[in-house]
Amino acid sequence: MIRHHLTESLLLAYSAGQLPEAHNLAIATHVSLCDDCRAQLESCDALGGAVLETCAPVNLAEDSLAATLARIRGAAPTRQTAPRVQGIFPAPLQDYVGGDLASVRWRSVGGGVQQAILPTSRGASARLLRIPGGKAVPDHGHRGLELTLVLQGAFSDEDGRFARGDIEIADQSVTHTPTAEPGPDCICLAVTDAPLRFNSLIPRMLQPFLKI
Amino acid sequence: MKPVTTPVRGAVRREYGNRGQAALAQDDENSRLVAQMLAIADRQDEAAFAALFAHFAPRIKGFLMKSGAQAAQAEDCVQDVMATVWRKAAMFDPTRANVSTWIFTIARNRRIDLLRRERRPEPEDLPWGPEPDRDQVDAMVLQQETDRLTEVLADLPREQRDLIEQAYFGDLSHSEIARITGLPLGTIKSRIRLAINKLRQSMSQGSPR
Repeated sequence: MIRHHLTESLLLAYSAGQLPEAHNLAIATHVSLCDDCRAQLESCDALGGAVLETCAPVNLAEDSLAATLARIRGAAPTRQTAPRVQGIFPAPLQDYVGGDLASVRWRSVGGGVQQAILPTSRGASARLLRIPGGKAVPDHGHRGLELTLVLQGAFSDEDGRFARGDIEIADQSVTHTPTAEPGPDCICLAVTDAPLRFNSLIPRMLQPFLKI
Repeated sequence: MKPVTTPVRGAVRREYGNRGQAALAQDDENSRLVAQMLAIADRQDEAAFAALFAHFAPRIKGFLMKSGAQAAQAEDCVQDVMATVWRKAAMFDPTRANVSTWIFTIARNRRIDLLRRERRPEPEDLPWGPEPDRDQVDAMVLQQETDRLTEVLADLPREQRDLIEQAYFGDLSHSEIARITGLPLGTIKSRIRLAINKLRQSMSQGSPR
């Protein structure tokens, strides 16, 4: 049961295509797990459809239809996307990882915490975090909009408890200390549009090396 | 056209009140677009595609140019979007989207690809069975509610409508988008939610695909 959802304005911004790729990935992954947010998103898409429908038409090239039909006839058979393998990552995340959990190339960032940076366009970053049960993620603030989506296990912080499918939305006003629950490793997808700002000295010194 | 009062239309009427001839004409146009879409999906009907093209291609071009594409770039993109409409026609689900909604999502993704050179992560598809699973009553109600949304959008105060259009043309940041509140999406959202529930049910019963 998902308790922490996306906001209407984030879904609207995703529907309108106004968010960085990293944030799009977190939202697409959450929506894959959350039927409520999917329904909200598709209603935002309906708004986009209404905008398209009422858009002033612009004349096409004379041979536009013929050229389109030629594209259809000339197209190679559509490439099937790789079938989703069984696991904990929904399809959009598997696309970026190249598989499920077993395909992630983790790197240690100290304190037992591991991370893997995913390839998204500049300006925002996406990473998977793996936090052993009972461990804390270093205390950090934010300089932008951070989304943290839980894929396995759970963590708790000042905002409550977050389990699989829950997404935490944090901005610069938030400083929190997420702690993973005892039990299986907590695995999250975290996206930020600015590097994290750690509040203790050593992690801050490490930041340039960790790319976070 | 002649107003036809089937039980479904009657029920929709009771929900929304009588919306008059103009609304019925729009219903009619919308069901024509849906029928064209399904003809493409089911029979690769080129005449239906040509009709759909005549309706949407000039609007998509307008949409792309408002979003900052040059004319030649927009033309190329329109052809690509409409070719995708043909290819993915079988994915169109009239219980969850009307044709404009569905084509909008294709055009938006192509625009991100074209103007930002980025991938666009999309939610995992909900698998659904072929034709027998398209519940016609659900589809019709969803279609009419989406029409109603287009009317409501047209009736919004100029300033609010501009803001929504700017969001979709790509002129607003996320924090500016957060200022858009009170969108009339409640009924559509609950219809889509219902359609998703039905899909989940049929999936768990091990039905098609």
